[in-house]
Amino acid sequence: MQELIPAFDWHSVIVEPWTRDFVFTGWIVLMGFFATAACGLIGNYLLLRRMALVGDAISHSILPGLVVAFMIFKTNATWVMFAGAFAAGIVTVLLIEFIHKQSRIKPDAAICIAFTILFAIGVALMSGLAQSGSIHIDADCVLYGEIAFVPLEPPAVWRGIELGPPSVIRMGLVLLATLAAIAVFYKELLITSFDAALAKSLGMRAGFWHYALMGALTTAVVSAFEAVGAILAVAMLIVPPMFAAQLSNRLPMRLALTVLHAALSALIGVHLSVWLQCSTAGAMVVAAAALFTAVWIPSLISQAARRWIRPAPEETLSWAATSENALKE
Amino acid sequence: MNRPALLVLCVAAALIPETASAARISEITETQFWDQAVRFFSFQDPALRFALSGSLLLGICCGLMGAFLVVRKLALMGDALSHAVLPGVALGFLWNMTKDPVAIFIGATLAGLLGAGTVRWLQNTTKHKEDAALGFVLASFFGVGICLFTMIQNLPGGKQSGLEQFMFGQASALGRDDVILLLIITIFIAGTVLIFFKEFLLTSFDAGFARSTGLRVQLFHYGLMLMLAFAIVASLQAVGVVLVSAMLVIPAAAAYLLTDRFGLMLVLAAAFGMISGGVGSFFSFVGRNLPTGPFMVLAAGLVFALALGFGPRHGIVSRWWRHRCRKSRIRRENTLKSIYHVLEANDFHSESISLHELAERRHETLEDARGQIRALRREGLATVYGDDVNLTPPGWQRACEIVRNHRLWELYLTNAADMPADHVHDDAEETEHLLGEETVRKLERRLNYARLDPHGKLIPGVEDIRRGRTTKPAPRATGYGGPR
Repeated sequence: MQELIPAFDWHSVIVEPWTRDFVFTGWIVLMGFFATAACGLIGNYLLLRRMALVGDAISHSILPGLVVAFMIFKTNATWVMFAGAFAAGIVTVLLIEFIHKQSRIKPDAAICIAFTILFAIGVALMSGLAQSGSIHIDADCVLYGEIAFVPLEPPAVWRGIELGPPSVIRMGLVLLATLAAIAVFYKELLITSFDAALAKSLGMRAGFWHYALMGALTTAVVSAFEAVGAILAVAMLIVPPMFAAQLSNRLPMRLALTVLHAALSALIGVHLSVWLQCSTAGAMVVAAAALFTAVWIPSLISQAARRWIRPAPEETLSWAATSENALKE
Repeated sequence: MNRPALLVLCVAAALIPETASAARISEITETQFWDQAVRFFSFQDPALRFALSGSLLLGICCGLMGAFLVVRKLALMGDALSHAVLPGVALGFLWNMTKDPVAIFIGATLAGLLGAGTVRWLQNTTKHKEDAALGFVLASFFGVGICLFTMIQNLPGGKQSGLEQFMFGQASALGRDDVILLLIITIFIAGTVLIFFKEFLLTSFDAGFARSTGLRVQLFHYGLMLMLAFAIVASLQAVGVVLVSAMLVIPAAAAYLLTDRFGLMLVLAAAFGMISGGVGSFFSFVGRNLPTGPFMVLAAGLVFALALGFGPRHGIVSRWWRHRCRKSRIRRENTLKSIYHVLEANDFHSESISLHELAERRHETLEDARGQIRALRREGLATVYGDDVNLTPPGWQRACEIVRNHRLWELYLTNAADMPADHVHDDAEETEHLLGEETVRKLERRLNYARLDPHGKLIPGVEDIRRGRTTKPAPRATGYGGPR
């Protein structure tokens, strides 16, 4: 245990990452923040539509899309990867619908079947390629990504100005696009998520907004994929909105809280990973889950306390009824 | 088949050449392939024996538990739990820094149960729904597990731990102890399911009724979760954390497509699980240290696809075939009805009608009418000489039956359902093909053996069918003839 958890040293854990390699830590925190915030903002709508696990399915099934796109075009250029991932996302949605509509399999099992088969195809192709030596993807990288390599990328240059690691820039653009889309289409997204019938009566196309949301989801997950991997992307989709929903019932407040949660979990995650010397993306998820637990436990305690201190509502009611009956007598 | 289905097929077809080229790229040459295959089937290798028997046993465990997940709509619970056991595996390893099966088993089972409890707890104490609760447990437990794994790799001796095999599975890493543990778990699960079959059946399909008979439904739910955790932990080594849920759900879903009996479904699911396990370990062995999990899942996916396509009752192909047969029968019967109508319009003076008359009656081209008559001739319902069409005795009988069904139903709707006489035709057009002999007898009794339909046309009776000709009856005083 002594070896497993190093002693907590304030200076080396909290101060040094910023004083010694500011740029390195800065890019990692920024990448984590961008990824978590973009995924979390979309996750808010997934949570409202009870589609959290469709996010899970899509984040798994983009893997075969990436591998097949790489095999066809023999390059890992950004647009190729995006195209492959998008195709895989569409195939997943269609496959789920196909299995569900063409047989009596329930939707939950259909989701599970579709994405696990696609993920298996991806891993099988990938390990075949890795064995033949034509590609080098670490299998673990697929699961939890390698955010620590982000600052080492050759920086993107625009008109002679060094901007920074391309994946961070890309993720930032995705976050900006997500924010802009939410700002512009706020009303449509709100109404189709909360009240599909009202949306229909107002002439909004629920199907269109559904697929638009799936498209945004795929974009965010693909951009976050190389940094955080398939499974931790699920955490970034689900945990920040859950944190926000625990604290507020207003959607604008929830969106703001999601962004705050993203920033906090990225920051805490980086320091946690420096302290424990573990995977940065994993530490970010642990931090995110811990933040949720921190807001969950007080409500848990207050609920339990209310139950112990006050009698249950039915008892109160029956007591009131008895006393009123007594008065009537 | 609809459009999305076709799209999926096209994409799948486009992918097939890619997988083939992937196989070509890899350095598994043909000779090596056959050498390895021979080694696989000769069972010489002790390591191989363990790997294969482990794969078959885990197929049984997963299939049995998966059947419950599929019928209880808990498939995603299986997914969440299989990810949630990861920190337990890491802690079990840390117990004494070896891959001790028992320590890992205990750690992973505890983590799985904690995960199941957290899902229930989140649902009960927050406003979050099941999907969010499952997603939270899946992702956050997995995150903790990843952190522990990367921390272990920093420890002395952590690099050679072989823990990364728990991610995608490596059946060849199964040792003697692992297989013994798997055997015990399989016997435990199969025994429990056998002994409490009735209780599990009842709580799975009708929880309300089970509760009313005094069964402890919650107890069986948690018992099932415990066994699920056992099955997941047992399959971790060979399938890997990420894909266990596939081995749970896919064989069971394939079995679900093939049968309506739960007992048979359990047997089929276990059998499919064994097939997938065996095939997966074969390919992993032949391909030299390829991860086992994906291949097992692909084999299971193939079984599922076959069941989805060719299942005798619910399969897409067989349903499509039945639909086609029904459609062509309805088309035949409509042609017979039209021939009857033409004959009736001539007051049954002629025995045969011309193709031209039929085509006119049906508002079709001559070519279409000829095609339909050809279909009738194939079934032995009509004969054709040049342009003249004659009904054979069975054809005449069937035509009478259809017209009788149609007119009886119209009469029934006007009499019993009080529908206006000009509204009943469309409904009768559909119902005439569905009425069985017994229903017709009932209708006749109920309508007091009426001979005229609401439009004043004759309803062919039994004698007409036998005689081969409809005759006009003496007019009756009661109008439609049916009692109100």
